Amino acid sequence: MALWITGSALVISLLALLPLGFVIFIAIQSGWDSIVQLVFRPRVAELLLNTLMLVLITLPLCIALSLALAWLTERSNLPGRRMWSLLATAPIAVPAFVHSYAWVSLVPSLHGLPAAVLVSVLAYFPFLYLPIAATMRRLDPAIEDVGQSLGLKPWAVFLRIVMPQLRLAMCGGALLIGLHLLAEYGLFAMIRFDTFTTAIFDQFQSSFNGPAANMLAGVLAMLCLALLTVESAARGKARYARVGSGSARQPQIWRLSSTATLLCLLLPLGISLLALGVPFITLARWLIAGGGEVWQQEGLLDAIQQTLVLASVGAVLITAAAFPIAWLSIRSPGRFNRLLESCNYITSSLPGIVVALALVTVTIKLARPIYQTAITVLLAYLLMFLPRALVSLRAGIAQAPVELENIARSLGRSPAQALWLITLRLAAPSAAAGAALVFLAITNELTATLLLAPSGTRTLATGFWAMTSEIDYAAAAPYALIMVLLSLPLTALLYHQSRRTAGR
Amino acid sequence: MNALELHALKKYFGHLTALDDVSLSIPVGSRTAIVGPSGSGKTTLLRMIAGFEFPDSGRIVMHGNPLVDETREVAAHQRNIGYVPQDGALFPHLSVAANIGFGLAGDRAAKHRRIGELMEMVALDASMSERWPHELSGGQQQRVALARALAQNPGIMLLDEPFSALDTGLRSSMRKAVSKLLSDAGITTILVTHDQAEALSFADQLAVMRQGKLVQAGSPMDVYRHPVDEETAVFLGEAIVLPAWIEGDSAICELGVVPVIRPRRQGAAQILLRPEQLTVTRHETHEDPAHNSIGRVTDIDFAGGSCILTLEMAARVSANGEHIAHRTLNVRNPGINVPALGSSVRLSTAGEAHVL
Repeated sequence: MALWITGSALVISLLALLPLGFVIFIAIQSGWDSIVQLVFRPRVAELLLNTLMLVLITLPLCIALSLALAWLTERSNLPGRRMWSLLATAPIAVPAFVHSYAWVSLVPSLHGLPAAVLVSVLAYFPFLYLPIAATMRRLDPAIEDVGQSLGLKPWAVFLRIVMPQLRLAMCGGALLIGLHLLAEYGLFAMIRFDTFTTAIFDQFQSSFNGPAANMLAGVLAMLCLALLTVESAARGKARYARVGSGSARQPQIWRLSSTATLLCLLLPLGISLLALGVPFITLARWLIAGGGEVWQQEGLLDAIQQTLVLASVGAVLITAAAFPIAWLSIRSPGRFNRLLESCNYITSSLPGIVVALALVTVTIKLARPIYQTAITVLLAYLLMFLPRALVSLRAGIAQAPVELENIARSLGRSPAQALWLITLRLAAPSAAAGAALVFLAITNELTATLLLAPSGTRTLATGFWAMTSEIDYAAAAPYALIMVLLSLPLTALLYHQSRRTAGR
Repeated sequence: MNALELHALKKYFGHLTALDDVSLSIPVGSRTAIVGPSGSGKTTLLRMIAGFEFPDSGRIVMHGNPLVDETREVAAHQRNIGYVPQDGALFPHLSVAANIGFGLAGDRAAKHRRIGELMEMVALDASMSERWPHELSGGQQQRVALARALAQNPGIMLLDEPFSALDTGLRSSMRKAVSKLLSDAGITTILVTHDQAEALSFADQLAVMRQGKLVQAGSPMDVYRHPVDEETAVFLGEAIVLPAWIEGDSAICELGVVPVIRPRRQGAAQILLRPEQLTVTRHETHEDPAHNSIGRVTDIDFAGGSCILTLEMAARVSANGEHIAHRTLNVRNPGINVPALGSSVRLSTAGEAHVL
């Protein structure tokens, strides 16, 4: 049985290397001269500048905003702290391209870098807020007390003691946002801001599977890998675990004066208005304007059905595929199995468009029968979303110690029966949570689905995209609303998990 | 017939030798305790008997049927060996009754009846059957784990430090209860523990392990009184090891002349005495110091019911003219009639010394 599990883990991990293999293959096949010709040209420089500017402006803004919000909700006596904390998490429930749709239909002239930064910050800052707030809650206040007793002023305590301990959370959140910025298509296409991803998409639509698109995809993949490297260097080798035993005390709560309270309330209030109020108002406006008709439009029901089928099949398949890798990484952790696991993480950090282009090329060249079929779409989802299932499953399997399987065997059950009766039962809740994460990721996935889906496929995301492309904002509203409603449980789950890991 | 025979078991973890040529016979219906410090290989041995691990070489035979030899390895689920691990390891997703019934086959009514019997056997109240593992105390969890292992009428029962998670009072009462229950049922039992007191009181065969080797096996009293070496002696309890001169059936040492039985050698040797063999009395000056040993109390560590006296023994010359330098001994004394600090006391021995 162990052999069988290792075998399937190996196959899945090799599959995960497909997009990277594609990038390398393209580079070798094109040869140096055509790489120079296609990559070193003004258009690429412009895209690079755009993308870098976007990342370099958005990330610091997100960090500053999240730090301020996290401090207010975790360390001050701001009225309604729990509500503000929840509201700072909620923007995740709105897909990025719905944020963008809301802003464009509110301010049609919005475009370019400033608009891209504005919408990106609003759509993605919770990815930083959540880990920073969770870490801040978990910090041992005794360390800050020591800082104060050594004569540090409150500001110095924050800068020299609290901030360094937040480094891991900031790096992780910033990496996640950076990867999203590189990968996102819908958000930037809607506000007419060119990044690598939008350029590749346009290139693909005009010249199909041309070398230009592939080359840009190669550069984009390099950018992602560079981001991963920068993050791992910035994170360093330090561990910020609490040294010493016993549980930490409650952190000290900063008392705000009444004027400060009023001023400080403006921040979460303003952000909530921009990040939640704008999508809410826009959606409400279009839904009211559209009336009952938009709900009866042709294609909506079909999109819901197709999305449900695709997302459930995908969720089940991907969770099942993640099982061997998760099982190995818990039961026989070693260098080889860690390598297998990291193959999957690297691929999932590549933009959907790179994965999609890789699959288009590979299926056309090697597996023509599955080109433009649901199989290819599911394969893309597998490559992109496997880690979501993997992380949950790992946690679940870790809760079923091998000792329990041993006991079951000593009670006369075969190894396969023991696995089924004990480990799988215990891991079931986590597997379900992982499957739910994958389900929602598929529901909101736009880029790869647009590129790979066979004609006639219509998911909520592509249906929404088709409507907004026709500037039929009212007809797009029901799609957006359903996506938001489906994402709400996910947001609740994330919020709950960040609370629980904080131990309170 | 022996319930279990281990022949020359060897197991390596990389360069580390976990088991080094371990052989042991376990009679039917006996209670064997395998004792040793952590890392001595005792748990590996137990897991090997259970079938969770396999030896690199050697044979295991159960009731005359080979479990492991050159040609075959019987899997854990085909061995019918019960196993109770350290923390009970109850299945957290199953109720008490479902945990106990996990290994049972048959229809619901028969299962239900058997679960009831088993719960009664381990003295669990019937009302507990629908509880969840996390709602039980440590002792109750252990009882459920035991009932679960008993359910399949195992040929051998393995207990892996099952009492170590319990607090001291509960521990000895659980140990007595389990010991009685298993011997009433006539089940051959193997207990692994690092607690020598537990091993001594539980077993009728004691096996001492150290660094992957089986150092000594025998009845608890025999192993305690006549350990093969000083390390074993110290591991099984407090030990006083003294240099001595053996002549015939007596040893001459700084405590005077102490009888020994069947000494393995004559002349210079080390002898072992247990603290309970020493008695401290007040020193009366008219006694002849040559036949007694006199010490001065230099420290008293009072611990309520008993106290530990540190005695500085007088220097003396042995019978063969050897000079024995003065040294200090720690001796246990009841908490009453404690000699004063600095006073002179007489130390006498009871029973025989063991020649190492």
